[in-house]
Amino acid sequence: MTGRTGEPVSAYDTGTILAGLYAADVASCREAYRATLVELAAADERIVCLEADLGGQRNSFQARFPDRYYNFGLAEANMVSAAAGLAATGLVPFVHTMANFVVARACEQIKIDVAYHQANVKLVASYGGIAGAAFGPTHHATEDLAILRALPGMAVVNPADAVETVEVLVAAATQDGPWYVRLGRDPTPVVHRQASGFRLGTAGVLRAGTDVTLVASGQSPVPIALEAAERLAEEGIAAGVLNMSTLKPLDTAAVAAMVRASGAAVTIEEHNIIGGLGSAVAEVVAELGYGRLVRLGVPDTFVDQGGTYPVLLARYGVSVDALVAAVRRLLTHKHTTGGMP
Amino acid sequence: MHPAAAGPSSGLGLEADAFDEIARRVRRHVVRIAGTPHGCHLGGALSCVEILVTLYFDVLRLDPLDPRWPPRDMFVFSKGHAAAALYSVLVERGYLAEASLSTYCAAGSTLLGHPTRHIPGVEFATGSMGHGLSLGVGVALGLKRRGNSESRVFVLLGDGELQEGSVWEAAMAAHHFGLDNLCAVVDRNLGQNDGATESIMRLGEVAPRWQAFGWGVRTVDGHDFPALRTALGAVPYAAGTPSAVVARTVKGRGVAGIEGDPRSHYMTLSARSVERALRGLRNTGPAGPP
Repeated sequence: MTGRTGEPVSAYDTGTILAGLYAADVASCREAYRATLVELAAADERIVCLEADLGGQRNSFQARFPDRYYNFGLAEANMVSAAAGLAATGLVPFVHTMANFVVARACEQIKIDVAYHQANVKLVASYGGIAGAAFGPTHHATEDLAILRALPGMAVVNPADAVETVEVLVAAATQDGPWYVRLGRDPTPVVHRQASGFRLGTAGVLRAGTDVTLVASGQSPVPIALEAAERLAEEGIAAGVLNMSTLKPLDTAAVAAMVRASGAAVTIEEHNIIGGLGSAVAEVVAELGYGRLVRLGVPDTFVDQGGTYPVLLARYGVSVDALVAAVRRLLTHKHTTGGMP
Repeated sequence: MHPAAAGPSSGLGLEADAFDEIARRVRRHVVRIAGTPHGCHLGGALSCVEILVTLYFDVLRLDPLDPRWPPRDMFVFSKGHAAAALYSVLVERGYLAEASLSTYCAAGSTLLGHPTRHIPGVEFATGSMGHGLSLGVGVALGLKRRGNSESRVFVLLGDGELQEGSVWEAAMAAHHFGLDNLCAVVDRNLGQNDGATESIMRLGEVAPRWQAFGWGVRTVDGHDFPALRTALGAVPYAAGTPSAVVARTVKGRGVAGIEGDPRSHYMTLSARSVERALRGLRNTGPAGPP
C-alpha cells in the first residue's frame, strides 16, 4: 500500500495474526480484535479488558488473563465511567460492546468521563453501521461516527479490514488518549495483502486515479469502492480509492489533494448520510471552495427491513451498483459544467 | 488556609474545636461565593461542609503540596454542583489560594460552577449527576489491580442524584467486584432543584437501598463531626464489601432563613444578603434527630 509511511509495528507479537489475515479472503474484525487484544495484553500489563455481557462465553482474554477481565454486565454507562476511573490509575482499558450500546446509550459518559478528561480509554465497538442486519435498529449504529466526531479529543477510527484493525489496535494501545474503533460483525473482505501502514489521521491511497476519487470508510464501503473502481476502469474511468479509516482527526490534506487531482469525489459509508464521512469530507470541500462531491450512505432512515447484511447494504444505497451509478452521474455533470468554478 | 493544612496526612490530629472553626471559615467562603454575580448551589454546598471538612482534615490520605501523590486516597465529588463548598475546603486545606475564590466563574478562571479538570486536588470534573460512583468503581478496581492496598476511594453523592440509574449500576458493580476500598457518602439533605426529594421522586429510606445492594451502611448526623469521623474512619465496615455512609443533613445549613428550604438549591445573594448571612452564620453542630 502506498500513501502512508507506517512506523514499524512495535514489540507486540501480532505477526502470526497478520500472516493469517494476509492469506485470508475474508476475516472478521471482531475476531481479529479478540485475538489482537490478547497479544497486546501479553506485552503490556497495563491493558485490561472490559465487557458488558457481550464478551462471549469462551472469551479468550478472560481465559488468558482472568484477573484483568471485567464483565460489567448489562450496565454500559457504568462500564464507560469505570473505564475512565481505571485509566486514572494508569491502566489502559479496552472497552468492548456493540456500537449502539456504547455510543448511544453511554454517550454522556463518553463525553464527560472519557473525552473531556482525555482518559486513556479505548472503546472498541462491534456491530457498527448496519452489521447487525436483521437484528434491527436496536442493534444498528448509523449515528455513532457523527456523535463522536463532535467530541473534542476523540480519535475516531473505522478500519477497512481485519489487517488494518490489528494495526489500529496496536496504535491505540501505544498512543495516549481516548479512541473509538468501529468494527462490524461478519467476516468482510481482506483488502490489505500486506501491512496497511495505519497511522491515526492519515488516509490510505488504495488506488490511484485522476477522473474521480472514491472516498470510503469501513469494512464494507472500502471493498465496495475497490470493486467499483475496477468496474469503472472497464468503462475507461480512472477512479482513485482513498481509505479514510480515520474519521477524526480527518486527513484534510488528503481530501484537498484528491480534490485538486480529480476535482470530483464520491464518499461511501455505512452510516447515516448525516454527520459521518460524507459530512466530514463535505466540510473540507466546501471550505476549499472547489470540487464536486456526492455522498452515499444510509439515507437518514432507520433500517428496519429484513434481509442479509449484503442485501440490506445494497437496499440502502451502499453497493457497487450505487457507487458506479453515482460516479457516472457526477462525471456527466462535471464535464457539462467543466467541473471547476 | 488553616494553619495545620500543609503536608501529607490522613488526619492532622486537630482538636475537636478546630473542625468547627474550619467549617465556619468554609461557610464564610461559600456565602461570599453566593454573592458573586454567578451565584452558586448554596443549599447543597452548605449541607456538605462537615462531610468535606471531615474527609479533607481527618480521613483522606493526601498531600496538598503534591496533589498527584501516588499513595493518596482518591476523592470523587460526584455532587459537582456544590462546587462552592469543594473550592472552599480546597482553600482551607492548602490546594488553592484564598484569593482564587474571587475568580469564581470569572473570565479565564477554571473555578467554574461545576469543577473542571484543571483544579489542583480535583481528580475528576463532575456536575452531571450519576457519574461519580462509577468513576469510583473504576478507580477502586484499578487500585486493586495495581496492588495498591493503601489507597481508598471516597465518593460524595447528593441524594437527588440517587435518582440516576447509573448510580445503581455502580452500586451493583462495587458489590460484585468486592470493592472494600470504596466508600460512598450520601448527602441526604432532602432537597433537589425542583423541590423536596420526596415530592419530586421519592427516595424514602436511603440506607436500606444500599444494604439491599450488598453494601455495609451507616447512617450518621451529617453535621456532627465526631459522628462523621467515627463513621468515615471505620471503613470498610466489612472485608470485601463497599461502604456507604448516609449523612442526614440540612440544606442551607448555617444560614438563617434558608435552612431546610429546598429553594436554597441555587441562589445569588445581594451584597446586603451576604453581610446579613455572614453576621448570622450559626455555629455548626449536630442537626439533631430526624
